[in-house]
Amino acid sequence: MMLGFDISYFEAKYRASEAVCQIIGPATPQGFADYCPRFVQGTFTTVEILVLCCLIGLVVAVPMALARVSSNKWLSVPAYVYIYVFRGTPLLVQLFLFYYGLGQFEVLRESFLWPVLRDGWWMGVIVLSINTSAYVAEILRGGIKGVPEGQVEAGRAAGMSGMLLYRRIILPQAFRIAWPAYGNEVILMLKASALTSAITVMDLMGQTRTIFSRSYDLEIFVYAAVLYFVMAFMLTYLFRLVERRLKRHIAYP
Amino acid sequence: MSDSIPALVAENIHKSFADTEVLKGVSITAHEGDVIALLGSSGSGKSTFLRCINLLETPDVGEIHVHGEKIIMQASRNGGLIPVDKKQVSRIRSRLGMVFQSFNLWSHMTILENLIEAPVHVLKQPKREAIIVAEELLEKVGLADKQHHYPSQLSGGQQQRAAIARALAMKPEVMLFDEPTSALDPELVGEVLRVMRGLAEEGRTMIVVTHEMGFAREVSDKVIFLHQGRIEEEGRPEEVFNNPTSSRFREFLASNL
Repeated sequence: MMLGFDISYFEAKYRASEAVCQIIGPATPQGFADYCPRFVQGTFTTVEILVLCCLIGLVVAVPMALARVSSNKWLSVPAYVYIYVFRGTPLLVQLFLFYYGLGQFEVLRESFLWPVLRDGWWMGVIVLSINTSAYVAEILRGGIKGVPEGQVEAGRAAGMSGMLLYRRIILPQAFRIAWPAYGNEVILMLKASALTSAITVMDLMGQTRTIFSRSYDLEIFVYAAVLYFVMAFMLTYLFRLVERRLKRHIAYP
Repeated sequence: MSDSIPALVAENIHKSFADTEVLKGVSITAHEGDVIALLGSSGSGKSTFLRCINLLETPDVGEIHVHGEKIIMQASRNGGLIPVDKKQVSRIRSRLGMVFQSFNLWSHMTILENLIEAPVHVLKQPKREAIIVAEELLEKVGLADKQHHYPSQLSGGQQQRAAIARALAMKPEVMLFDEPTSALDPELVGEVLRVMRGLAEEGRTMIVVTHEMGFAREVSDKVIFLHQGRIEEEGRPEEVFNNPTSSRFREFLASNL
């Protein structure tokens, strides 16, 4: 049993995959249909990891970006170091270091956190979240810097300062500026999530490798690529929809 | 009038950027209801002076009082002044309405949202009340039908009138105008000046940095001419325009009429 989830969740996921395959199975090539539930389950897991790490990453990135642009050295230097360490090292190295590395510490092995830390799925979510938070913080920093000075001055002149100014004027505009770059980052994360299969996660890539190890049929990877492509395409569309809504203040009616 | 506490006093304001001394000791006193026009060619320091009044620029030397309340500043490490109490600065800024050359309406908010933003979040007015006040003000500046538009959907003149309404929504004690018509197409200048003239007639205290000689001459109670960071000429408009004492002001007038 895994922390936070119980068996019924996995069962639900399995049943859902079966159900999906009953519907789409007959319309797919034999090579896919044979392993359809595995593909679908893997896709579920990939989406799961992606949604979670993007949410956590964003939540961490906002204060990180604020610290990064702060004039206070005690805030900006640690944020700078965090961002550059996690942007400057390969994600795969980070995954291995955390997944295999943390187990070296007896304190951690004996702590209540161990059920989480020894689990590839959780470590995948954690490391991906940390990694994307560093990138998103930098994207947000660009957004914050891109807010026209006059907008900020108008806020100051009206008596706003500090967090109020950030919350009401700077961040809403910074998010709009950063949105396209953020969408790009999410799609990169979708593809980067395939690396979690290297630490035992049965995401789409993990399932694909398992299937391949049984059939040695190269078309298996084509199906995986198509599934990733479809997800990326849907994400692009979703981001464009939101972008249009965010930019409505620029569009003429 | 002169017995009461002045609405605004700025005394002996000095300001340098790098090695350039932009303001070399400028003082101004605005009593309740005064309309002061600040004139000067570009680089004379008039906009910097206005920005020093609400501390968008911090002066290197000088004192600022708003209705008798002194903004407390102390010497900073690099020689200039820094305000001691940031809360006081924000509070005083909320009592001074600022209108910018480039309007600076918040682009992600509708006009109505622009007007209620600071009253609700800075002055903590109930939203309902703020909306009532905002709608009255938009009526007054002739934009009642634009309240749900975004700034980018308005003309420059409309944006500037909305920006004036935004400043008024804070019920400011003094209005500061930083070249409010300089970024406008000539045919849009009139509508903004009309609104400002209306405010002057209501008896609002206004300090206006402007190139509009007609406005300075007809509307203001006092004209101040800045040249190279110093006051060169100061007085009632009928005096200074008809009998300028400084030769520089005479040249300035000659080139601006």
